[in-house]
Amino acid sequence: MPGFPHAMPLAGFIGGLMIGVAAAIMLLGNGRIAGVSGMFARVLGLSQGGAPWMMALLFTVGLPLGAALVAANRDVEARFPTSLGLIAVAGLIVGIGTRLGAGCTSGHGVCGLSRLSPRSIVATGTFMATGIATVTLMRLAGVVA
Amino acid sequence: MRQGILSLVSGTLFGAGLAVSGMIDPARVRAFLDVTGAWDPTLAFVMAGAILPMAIAWLVVRARSTPIVAEQFYTPATSPIDARLIAGAALFGIGWGLVGLCPGPAIAALAIQPAPALLFIAAMALGAAIHRFALIPRRSA
Repeated sequence: MPGFPHAMPLAGFIGGLMIGVAAAIMLLGNGRIAGVSGMFARVLGLSQGGAPWMMALLFTVGLPLGAALVAANRDVEARFPTSLGLIAVAGLIVGIGTRLGAGCTSGHGVCGLSRLSPRSIVATGTFMATGIATVTLMRLAGVVA
Repeated sequence: MRQGILSLVSGTLFGAGLAVSGMIDPARVRAFLDVTGAWDPTLAFVMAGAILPMAIAWLVVRARSTPIVAEQFYTPATSPIDARLIAGAALFGIGWGLVGLCPGPAIAALAIQPAPALLFIAAMALGAAIHRFALIPRRSA
């Protein structure tokens, strides 16, 4: 892509279509929102209500299964930061934040935005803004993730 | 049974989509948020691709009274935009920006980088537990 040598617009769009069809299968088939933070909390028994436990478990187990199927056929990169402390702190904040805000990139971002849900539009705008602010502040402070 | 199969198919396709789109790669996701650095717009194409079939799905939901293999649509109620929503989303964004991981890619990445993915997921579970036991307002019942 001109100006953005590392961008993958086509692979991104195709992968995005797969994600959207996956969420549509969950919605039109089972009548449920394919929100990963909600499904994950349900699997752990940490949510009130939500999808049946077995449904949440099978959806959650499918995530690494699907990634493994792709990785069996081509290189799949997952570049994590080296600091384990940073990873742990980020996971903790994501765990609290997604439950408090009732959704993450899948529930609010994909399922909510496509529904034009006002809550999801506000939530997505907010986590995009604080995400950009965090990366920018780390850059200014010279912190390498 | 049919609900279980659809759940597994949905999760597997979702995870495959995360891998194909590059969203399973924390460095790439973080580069999308890095607007003052070497910005990588890939995530915007992923969102466009994902929203398209879901927008159609929501139109189908309006036309149907029930899902294909369930009794009813369990769509979220239209609750107000409140401080919890804003605070939660703001916190989530901070954690997302720190390493470039949100829940879906973190769980899918178990298949690629199991050790750091598991650490993130364990911390995420602790965070969900803190929310469950310390932050949910007591129900007046």
